[in-house]
Amino acid sequence: MTVNTKISLKGQSGSLAEVSNQLDVLEKAGSPSFSSRLKDIGLYPLKPTQIDVFQVNLGKMCNQVCKHCHVDAGPDRKEIMTRETMQLCLKALDNSNIRTVDLTGGAPEMNPNFRWFVEELSKRNKHVIVRCNLTIILANSSYHDLPEFYKAHNVEVVSSLPHFSARRTDSQRGDGVFEKSIRALQMLNAVGYGMEKTSLKLNLVFNPSGAFLPGDQKQLENEFKRRLKNDHDIEFNELYAITNLPISRFLDYLVNTGNYEEYMQKLVDAFNPSAAAGVMCRNTISIGWDGYLFDCDFNQMLDLKLENGAPRHIADFDESKLESRDIILNNHCYGCTAGAGSSCGGSTV
Amino acid sequence: MSKTYYDPSDLKKFGDISNFQPELGKKFFDYYGEVFKEGALTQREKALIALAVSHAVQCPYCIDAYTSTSLEKGADEEQMMEAIHVAAAIKSGALLVHGVQMMNKVEELTM
Repeated sequence: MTVNTKISLKGQSGSLAEVSNQLDVLEKAGSPSFSSRLKDIGLYPLKPTQIDVFQVNLGKMCNQVCKHCHVDAGPDRKEIMTRETMQLCLKALDNSNIRTVDLTGGAPEMNPNFRWFVEELSKRNKHVIVRCNLTIILANSSYHDLPEFYKAHNVEVVSSLPHFSARRTDSQRGDGVFEKSIRALQMLNAVGYGMEKTSLKLNLVFNPSGAFLPGDQKQLENEFKRRLKNDHDIEFNELYAITNLPISRFLDYLVNTGNYEEYMQKLVDAFNPSAAAGVMCRNTISIGWDGYLFDCDFNQMLDLKLENGAPRHIADFDESKLESRDIILNNHCYGCTAGAGSSCGGSTV
Repeated sequence: MSKTYYDPSDLKKFGDISNFQPELGKKFFDYYGEVFKEGALTQREKALIALAVSHAVQCPYCIDAYTSTSLEKGADEEQMMEAIHVAAAIKSGALLVHGVQMMNKVEELTM
C-alpha cells in the first residue's frame, strides 16, 4: 500500500504530487518516445478531427481517495470550478455546435454549482454525461435524490466499478466502497437507469485494480452483467474498459511497488496504430477547474496546457483555432494506444 | 551463467525457442495462439484453466503469466484460488486412486 486512504498524495506532500517529478519519471520510460512512435506511423504532429466532446472538470474535491486516481482527488482538495467559470463554459457552448458535455472531477456533484450547471446545460439540449463515483449518492441525505435529478435532465451516468467482487473494488477504491456502490446502482436502477425499457443510460467503467492491462471489453461486460444480475439484481448498459495511465497516484503506486518499468514496457509493447488514430484527444477539449484548456483530463493533471498559439483559457474559446491545434504528447499517452485503445468511453478499436 | 535455474526475465524470451527449430516453433505458437482465442470457452475460463495447469506442472513462468492474464480477463482472487484447488484435488486424487492398486496388491499377497 502506498497511499493513505484518507487524503490525497498532495495532502501527504508525496514527491509525485509534483507534476515536474511525474514528467521526470515519464521521461525515463525508455525508448521510443510516444511522439517518435506517432512519427513512424505518420500521425505527428497529432491533430484534432473535430470537437465532439466538451469535458469539464468541476474540481478535485471528492469523497473517495482511490489508489489509482489520476486527479489525485480527495476530501482535502479544495480546487473547484466557480460559477463564473461555468458561465464562460456556457458562453463557449452557445457559440459552438458541440453536443456532448462530459462532467467529471473529483466528485462533480460536490461542487455547489453542479445542479445549476446541469440545469443550464439541459436547457440548451446538451447531451450531459456525469462521471459519478456512486458512493456520493449515499454520502449524505442531500445527495440521495441524485438519481431523480439525473433522470429529470436525462443525464447519462458513467460510474467506476472496477470489479464485481468486493475485494477487488475495495482494494482500489477504499473499504466499504463496493457495498455502497451496489446500493447506489440499485437506486439508479430503481428510477430506470440501465433498464432495458428506458433511455436512461447507466454505463460502468472497469479500471484494472493493479499493474495490469484491461482484457477484452465485451468479454468483461458479459461477465459483469452476469455477475451483477445474479448476485445483486443490477442492470446496466455498457461496460467501458479503461487503461490506467501512469500519472499521479497510479504512477506513485507503480513506482513504489517496483512495477513501473514493466508496466510501461507493457504499454509500449502493446502500441496499436489503429488505437493511436482514434485517441479521444482528437475529438475532445478538456476544461480545468480554473478554466484552462487541455487536450484531455490526463494532460490537465500534468498541467500540459495548450501551446503554439491555441487558446489557453475558456474565456478565449475559439472552436476553429482549437480544431487546428497541435495535441500535446508525452509518454503517458501510451496508455491510450495500448491494445484495443482506451478513452473515457472505453476501448477505441 | 545464471545463478538460478529460473530467471523471470526468461519468460520474455519464450519466442526464442523458434531460433533452433523455426518450423516447429511456428507451428507451436500458431497452435498456442488458436487455443487461447475465445471459443466455446471464454478467454477468462481458459486463463483460469491455464493457471490451474501451471500449478499442476509447477511452471513458475506460466504461473506469473497466467496470474496476469487471469486478472486482465476479469478473474478475481477467489476464482483463481478455486481453480488451483481443482488442480490440487486432481493431483491428490490421482495419487490416492493409486491406493486401490496398493489395496489390490495387499489382497493378492496376504491371507
